[in-house]
Amino acid sequence: MQMSHPLPPAASVRPSLPELFSAFVVVSISGFGGALPWARRKIVEQKHWMTAEEFNEAFALSQFLPGPNVVNFSVVFGSRFGGAPGAAVALAGLMGPPLIIVTVLAFLYARFGDVEMLSRILTGIAAAATGLLMAVVAKMAAPLFRKRWDWAPLIAITAFIAVAIMQWPLPWVFAGLAPVSIALAWMKR
Amino acid sequence: MNDSPLLALFGYFALLSLFAVGGANAAIPEMHRIAVEVMHWMTERQFADSFAIAQISPGPNIIIVTLIGYHVAGLVGAAVATAAMCGPTCVLAFVVARTWDRFKEARWRIAIQSGLVPVSLGLIAASAFVLARSADHNIYAAIITAVTALVGFATRINPLWIFAIGGLMGLSGWL
Repeated sequence: MQMSHPLPPAASVRPSLPELFSAFVVVSISGFGGALPWARRKIVEQKHWMTAEEFNEAFALSQFLPGPNVVNFSVVFGSRFGGAPGAAVALAGLMGPPLIIVTVLAFLYARFGDVEMLSRILTGIAAAATGLLMAVVAKMAAPLFRKRWDWAPLIAITAFIAVAIMQWPLPWVFAGLAPVSIALAWMKR
Repeated sequence: MNDSPLLALFGYFALLSLFAVGGANAAIPEMHRIAVEVMHWMTERQFADSFAIAQISPGPNIIIVTLIGYHVAGLVGAAVATAAMCGPTCVLAFVVARTWDRFKEARWRIAIQSGLVPVSLGLIAASAFVLARSADHNIYAAIITAVTALVGFATRINPLWIFAIGGLMGLSGWL
C-alpha cells in the first residue's frame, strides 16, 4: 500500500469529504482550550493523512496567516485534499458543533447571567483562564528570550507596551511593527 | 456605522480578522477596546464572562466573537460576527495555501515567518495583561491567576481541572 518514493512522501491515504468533515468535528469537540494537539493526533497518528513534517509545515503556514490558527489550518488542510469543497467541509466540521454549543451558552448567560451563582463561577473560571494564557505566553517567550539578546524580544516588548499600556488600536500597531520586524529578520540572515 | 450594530459588528471583526496574527488570543485587547470602550456594547464584567464562556466551550477560542455578536444583536449578531471574523482570513488562507508551498526556500518567506513571531508574542502577552485587569478584581482572583499560570507552565495537568477549581472557588464566594 505505502509507496514512500521520490515524489512528496505524502498522503498514503486520502480522506473523502465526509471523512474530512467528521475528522474536524471530532477535533473541535475534543479540543478544549486548544485544538492543535487533537488535530495532530487525528491527522498524523490515527488517520495517516499527513506525515509529521507535512503537518508541521501546514500548521506553520496557518500560524503565519492572520486570524484563528486552527480555523486557518482547517482551510489549508481541507483545500490540499479537496480543493474549495474540501476547505469548506473541514471548516464546517470545525466550527459547526462549537457554534451550536456556544450559542446555547450565550442564551443561558443572557437569561441567567444576573444570577449571582453563575457569575461567581464565571469569575473564578475567568481568573484561571487568564493564568493559563499567561502560561502560554511564557512558554512561547522562553526560546525567544533565551537566545542571546537581539531584536526579537525588543519587538515583542514594544508590541506589548503599545497595545497593553498605550492602548493603541491593534491594526496600527501591527502595521507599524510587522514591517520593521520582517526587515530586521531579513537583514539578520 | 453607529446606526446599525450589525454593520459595525461586521466591519470591526472583518478588519480585525485580517490583523489578528497570533490567533484569537492576540485579538483580545482589540475586541475589548471596541466592545467595552469604544462601542459600549458590554461592561468589563460581561466581557470577562464572555472570555470565560469561550474558554470552557470546546473548539477554537475565537468563538468569543460569537458571544459578543449574540450579546449585541441576538442570533443574527452571532452569525454576522462569526462570519466576519472567519470569512476574510479563510479566503486568504485558501489563496495562500495554494501558492505558499512554491516558495518554501525563498528568503522573503523565511524573513516574514520569523519576523512575525515576536510581534504576535507581544500581542498575546498584551491579551493576558488586559484580561488580568478585567478578571482579577481582588487578591484571591489574582492568586488563582498566578497559580494557574505556574501550573500551566510547569505541568501537564488538563486545564479543565484548573477551570473547575477556579469555578468552585468562585462559587464558594471568595472572589
